[in-house]
Amino acid sequence: MPRPEIQAPPDVFYNEAEARKYTTSSRIIEIQARISERALELLALPNDGVPKLLLDIGQFSFPLCSSGRLPEDMTPKNVALERETEGDLLLADMGQGLVLRPGVIDGAISISAVQWLCNADKSSHDPRLRLKVFFGSLYRCLARGARAVLQFYADNVKQSEMIVTYAMRAGFAGGVVIDWPHSSKAKKSYLVLTCGAPSLHTSLPKGKGEDGEICSDDDDGDSSGQDDDRTVGIYERNRPKKKQKIKKNGNGKEWLLKKKEQMRRKGHDVPADTKYTGRKRKTYF
Amino acid sequence: MRLLTHNMLASNVRGVTSGYPLKLEATNWCTKEVDLNADFIRGLLPKIDWRALVAATRALNLPELLPEEQPSEEEIFAEGAANVEGSAIRRIHHALLEIHVQQGALICPESGRSFPIEKGIPNMMLHEDEV
Repeated sequence: MPRPEIQAPPDVFYNEAEARKYTTSSRIIEIQARISERALELLALPNDGVPKLLLDIGQFSFPLCSSGRLPEDMTPKNVALERETEGDLLLADMGQGLVLRPGVIDGAISISAVQWLCNADKSSHDPRLRLKVFFGSLYRCLARGARAVLQFYADNVKQSEMIVTYAMRAGFAGGVVIDWPHSSKAKKSYLVLTCGAPSLHTSLPKGKGEDGEICSDDDDGDSSGQDDDRTVGIYERNRPKKKQKIKKNGNGKEWLLKKKEQMRRKGHDVPADTKYTGRKRKTYF
Repeated sequence: MRLLTHNMLASNVRGVTSGYPLKLEATNWCTKEVDLNADFIRGLLPKIDWRALVAATRALNLPELLPEEQPSEEEIFAEGAANVEGSAIRRIHHALLEIHVQQGALICPESGRSFPIEKGIPNMMLHEDEV
């Protein structure tokens, strides 16, 4: 099933039926919670006991923090209202720029939302401009030294590069952390961005599964409706090459002559063996 | 929408330089009690724009709730202040976190654009010609 971003614009795709999955399906909720936890882990908020103000962009993360959150959300309010999130909700289009004044946010996370910016859902949308506006406003709204962790699904390498390029152009430092890079199903990309002067924490955290760890194959963070696959796979870069297909030995000239002799012994009328018998023919068909 | 959120919001209409603070108009609002966490207030206070907060409480017809001038830190975080009825910290806590605006609008100070608030959620989406 193709990715949600290709099927329809978000306000059409996330209709009531689709949105309901995010509030009632325990599997989806569990997956979203797991991704959100990982994003928060990568956010690496300082453990100084001071509660932080976080922005959740896209509102697909599971509410986890007890500190005030201001989720910004473009999809139907169904999802957020039903979940009774602790923070306040805003209905806004992230491609139009975040509607916050400068330097107020201590951190931002986003789950499975940024890639929607790469699609032009209206004729007036210019993906590049929307990415530029989004990252520019994100940079502005974050407090100095704050981080943003944006989990996204890139359709292809080009899209992934475009997202990272516009993030860097906005002034961010950072990069992409990929969990389970060898598994096409479990693979998750997190764009980890730091605002302001790089500090001691400039090195990117390591992605999971990079050292050949086993990952579970039943991860699916979006609603593309894939079936329950409970296999566990070990993925190695150097997979043994497939064996060459072995042709059946039984159809050579030798076999043909033997067969003809058999038929003659039985008493059938068999044409004589000439130099043309069993000769390789040119393919006419 | 809490007044804490209102304090952070700015208009992003094209051509607008600051778009802050948004003028609050509330037709329906309510109060929901929540526990006071002094550390949280302490962390928030530097971020809060006091003028905007006071203006918001005035817009809700609560002129007595907060003083024009921001009280000093000693006064707010005085020992045992959290337990005193009507203390500065209790008022600030109430204003920021316990008031929920359900219906109303936010007006951009520069362009006059009105962003509606419905079911407690402000709709900040711009039309194509405003971006």
